[in-house]
Amino acid sequence: MTGMARLTCRVNGEEVRAEVPVRRNLLDFLRNDLGLTGSHAGCEHGVCGACTILVDGVTVRGCLMLAVQAEGAEVVTVEGLAESGRSAALAAAFTARNALQCGFCTPGMIASALEYIDGGGGPDRAAIRAHLSGNYCRCTGYQAVVDAVCDVIGGAAK
Amino acid sequence: MKAAEFGYLRPGRMEEALQALAAGEGAAMPLAGGQSLMPMMNFRVAMPETLVDLAALAELRGIHDAGERVVIGAMTRWSELMASGLIAAEVPLLARALPEIAHPAIRNRGTIGGSVALADPAAEVPAVLLALAGVVVLRSLAGERRVAAGDFFLGHYETARAADELIVALEVPKARGLRHGFHEIGRRHGDFALAGAALAVAVEGARVMEARIALFGVADRALRATGAEAALRGAVLGDGTALDRAVAALAEIDFAGDIHASAPMRRHLAGVALRRAWAEGVA
Amino acid sequence: MTGPATIFDRPNRYIGTAEPRADAARLLQGRGRFVDDIQLPRMVHAAFLRSPHAHARIVSLDVAAARAMPGVAAVWTGAEMAAHVTPWVGVLTHLAGLRSPPQPALAVDVVRWQGEPVAMVVAATRAEAEDAVERIEADYDPLPAAVRMEEALSPDAPVIHPEFGSNLAWERRVETGDMAAAMAQPGVTVVERTFRFGRHTGVTLEPRATVMDYDPAEDRLTMHYSGQAPHMMQVVLSRHLGLPEENIRVISNDVGGSFGIKIHTYGDEIAVGAAARLLRRPVKFVADRMESFMTDIHARDHVVTGRIGVHADGRIAGLEIDDLTGIGPFSMYPRTSAIECNQVLNLTGAPYRMEAYRARGRVVFQNKNMMCQYRAVGHPIAMAVADGLLDEAGRALGMDPVVIRQRNLIADDAYPTTSASGMKLDDLSHQKTLAKLVEVMGYEALRADQAAARARGVHRGIGILSMVEVTNPSPMFYGIGGAPIASQDGATVRLDAGGALHISSSVTEQGQGTNAILAQIAAGVFGVDIGRVKVTTGDTATVPYGGGTWASRGAGIGGEAMLLAAHALKEQVLEVAGVMLQAGVESLDIRAGKIVDEATGAERMGLADLARTVYYRGNELPADLKPELVATRHYRVSDMPFVFTNGAMGAYVEVDTDTGFTKVLGFWAVEDCGRVINPMLVDEQVRGGVVQGIGGALYEECLYDDQGQLLNTTMADYLVPMAAEMPDIVVAHVETPTKTSILGAKGAGEAGTGGAPGAILNAVNDALAPLGASVWQMPITPERVLRALGVVAD
Repeated sequence: MTGMARLTCRVNGEEVRAEVPVRRNLLDFLRNDLGLTGSHAGCEHGVCGACTILVDGVTVRGCLMLAVQAEGAEVVTVEGLAESGRSAALAAAFTARNALQCGFCTPGMIASALEYIDGGGGPDRAAIRAHLSGNYCRCTGYQAVVDAVCDVIGGAAK
Repeated sequence: MKAAEFGYLRPGRMEEALQALAAGEGAAMPLAGGQSLMPMMNFRVAMPETLVDLAALAELRGIHDAGERVVIGAMTRWSELMASGLIAAEVPLLARALPEIAHPAIRNRGTIGGSVALADPAAEVPAVLLALAGVVVLRSLAGERRVAAGDFFLGHYETARAADELIVALEVPKARGLRHGFHEIGRRHGDFALAGAALAVAVEGARVMEARIALFGVADRALRATGAEAALRGAVLGDGTALDRAVAALAEIDFAGDIHASAPMRRHLAGVALRRAWAEGVA
Repeated sequence: MTGPATIFDRPNRYIGTAEPRADAARLLQGRGRFVDDIQLPRMVHAAFLRSPHAHARIVSLDVAAARAMPGVAAVWTGAEMAAHVTPWVGVLTHLAGLRSPPQPALAVDVVRWQGEPVAMVVAATRAEAEDAVERIEADYDPLPAAVRMEEALSPDAPVIHPEFGSNLAWERRVETGDMAAAMAQPGVTVVERTFRFGRHTGVTLEPRATVMDYDPAEDRLTMHYSGQAPHMMQVVLSRHLGLPEENIRVISNDVGGSFGIKIHTYGDEIAVGAAARLLRRPVKFVADRMESFMTDIHARDHVVTGRIGVHADGRIAGLEIDDLTGIGPFSMYPRTSAIECNQVLNLTGAPYRMEAYRARGRVVFQNKNMMCQYRAVGHPIAMAVADGLLDEAGRALGMDPVVIRQRNLIADDAYPTTSASGMKLDDLSHQKTLAKLVEVMGYEALRADQAAARARGVHRGIGILSMVEVTNPSPMFYGIGGAPIASQDGATVRLDAGGALHISSSVTEQGQGTNAILAQIAAGVFGVDIGRVKVTTGDTATVPYGGGTWASRGAGIGGEAMLLAAHALKEQVLEVAGVMLQAGVESLDIRAGKIVDEATGAERMGLADLARTVYYRGNELPADLKPELVATRHYRVSDMPFVFTNGAMGAYVEVDTDTGFTKVLGFWAVEDCGRVINPMLVDEQVRGGVVQGIGGALYEECLYDDQGQLLNTTMADYLVPMAAEMPDIVVAHVETPTKTSILGAKGAGEAGTGGAPGAILNAVNDALAPLGASVWQMPITPERVLRALGVVAD
């Protein structure tokens, strides 16, 4: 199989059938083929975290996965998280704390923060910082992001 | 920064995968978790003709209790290892190293077999396998062979795996009675190590019977510090001079410098890592 | 200045409150509008062949195979592109003597830095464009490279531009007072140190990105621009593509960070404009991360030898610096690459009184990527040098860092005054700010903790820094030197038929919250609920003319223009209301979207009623009433060259003397940015700035080898601060409004980046001092610390 491949998966709850070049990564597929531009290409080598999405319920780097590897997978992007309401509490906290400036890292940050919260993470600032350390933010200094995650968890920060 | 063209196969049976690798004559590459290969392809540093995606090979997944050993399928992801009670109980040194590997989203995709196959000199798990006397299980159309970790890592991104072989599993002896220490020195959380040490030490009473010391991030590959091991063999716990001799014996290693640290810096940090790993898990 | 002095305590005030940003929701839902999100019909994608050499002659370029590759629309060599893009020269007349040769969009004949664009491919997809780039056959004849700036002026160095005879681009000297006499006074202690500042770069998370869309029917070019200065880009494109300015529209929507990186003229982006025009179809170029590291402007890269003389009581007798900086092979256009050096000379020691000041700055060409203005231009160097020397002098005298600063800071009641370098200073508060820093950081308790830690063999250090920041620049910054860069900004406020305000401004939004504070100002000054204000920025076709967002000017200049426009519209609306209500204008006010009685607050009429009458039923109005429900005002700083702000920063660090690692345990920033419009936004700006400063101090460096090859072109190798290593940062304010405007706001965006490096340096050296070691090179890497301690040696 070279050149193009067939792909069937679910993206934000909708079935997607597509023919994609096998070399196209999942991030480019989401952005350019599906128009889901909320996930961002910050480095294209898996370091910055701006393309972090959920695949089968866990965070992955969209730039480090081929679109064809998503065959049969359930993919959720920041758009899906917003539509379903899953990110609503985080979004409110990010707004209240100004935990974003340019917003380029934000979709990946939301996905990673959600994984931390849903995984039962506590309001431990060091643990939150460690969990989010694969998501670069060049604007905020991170503190407001940690504040926002703590707010959602609801406990007093350690 | 887009990958060059390549062919893509996702075999459902091991036989097909091995045939594809053999047919590729070195130009076919197995795709495991892709967390190192994909960046290299995006940079066009790696330009395989064919990728053989191992995702559909169920037999490469999972962690099994095999009596004296734990057998880890090559396609087992870091996050699965971190969640494994068997690993926590029987391979605590590996459990200790796992959180140091990259970041959650990478650990959700990256696999132990992929890391071992790549043999990045700064990666944690090759050193853990060396310290634990692990075994790499390889398979090709010609059959299966088992290579001790000590014989597997040959040089800079160079291993004993032939191009037509797949790593199918890693075998690790259970930790019965060993003490473990691990310390990694990296600039930022999740960064590759400037220096790191993984120790497995057999102690009877207050005496060190055997110390297996593996270093990573300091040379062209993960390696055993045999001089340091000799210095500690027979030492009495709490005898600081033995540890000093072990650190001094690190001089035998051919330390490598790069933009992150010079060779003398790595030599120094290897000693610090050794001391801290020892203090954490042995002393 | 006269004006609506009561705007700050009106019933519907928003200025000074922590209003959340209206545009956050969009970004949080993945509905941002970044340049790479744009997909246009028939759009094609650009990729560039870039020089692998730091300096080489291009012997031949064969693009035939590339042209034949699938999906390729066009390929241009540098020589071919030169027929469509005129070269530019990065000099300004007020930087007397600055020289730089004409620079083509793509290299012609000679390449002068690794990464310089050599040829351009446009194809159906970026991947196909990259495929074709690989098929270009380029043959180079390598030339000797001038790489290290310390050697660029030596007689045997290769001269990059032979017509200049040397690699010197610019030199400037400043001298006030009699240095020799000052230093020779009895009892003066002299300390000299050489400071090295590594090259680093902005690493905007969104790389540089451009979509150029040419409409041949109207001969009109639209640039979708990830940048800070749309009107400047309009002029640049016009000049170098040969289109009338008015035929160029520059649109800047969401910008994923800029920090000064995205305000310059990059040849690859201009070539994209030419390609769009030649192909008559939209062309997109998004730099990949490797291209970003190799071609986004770099910054810093200074070696400064500094000498300070202090009297026995700590007072500064004299301060002398010699700054050398390497800028790459050209001076960047149109802002030039001499500004950072100029700032170093202007700003070093500016918080302090001294008897004599002498400075020399030299700017040299070298075969590395180009250097230009990045966040806090020159400040990190100037502040670290002066305050590093001051701490060294204090150590020599056995004087506490706080005390020696108290002895030297310009007194809060001494303004207006002039700095030693000749800068006009006003409305500063160094003494109050330092006092507040000492209070918020718990200085005495930290000293006690430091001593207790020392007793345990743990090496902690406190770093203090007092600083100034250049903000709200007047035309003296660029315009005076001939740059097409507006120092004034405009704002338009329009009352719509529904009673809502539509506002627009020539300042731009890169995440600072510019749009939010503009809405706060308009809503508060005019008198509507902030939810009824809609903001437009970043479009040369619709917003007033102005400079954009740089040099910490958005709030101070753009904000003042908005204040003036909102106030003007209010007066216009009240005039109409007065006629409609048969009431005196002075008896009316606008509050929460309603015309009310000024004295009682009783509602007289809704704004929508007024607007609908004006727009739909003008027949009800007297014929001689000419209602204007829109107002535009512009503002520039005219009384001062710059509006300086000041601040004080404190760092508490722990140095692991086994590993050389520095951990920042705490950081405190006290800022006086004049009136704070939105404390939440300002505080997070300061924190983000501090983290970039910590990056420069501890982590970030563009590393070149002796051949001019950049060694770290990945995010894994260039170390940007991540969440885990950064401390929580305490921000506090002293508010001394500037008298240059009614709003009283000064800039705040760069202070953290300008001050944090020096504070960290001082803290590390405070930790190392008892060990007899010190470090004077940034970033302060573990290895540099261990070498200073003598623990690691070759």
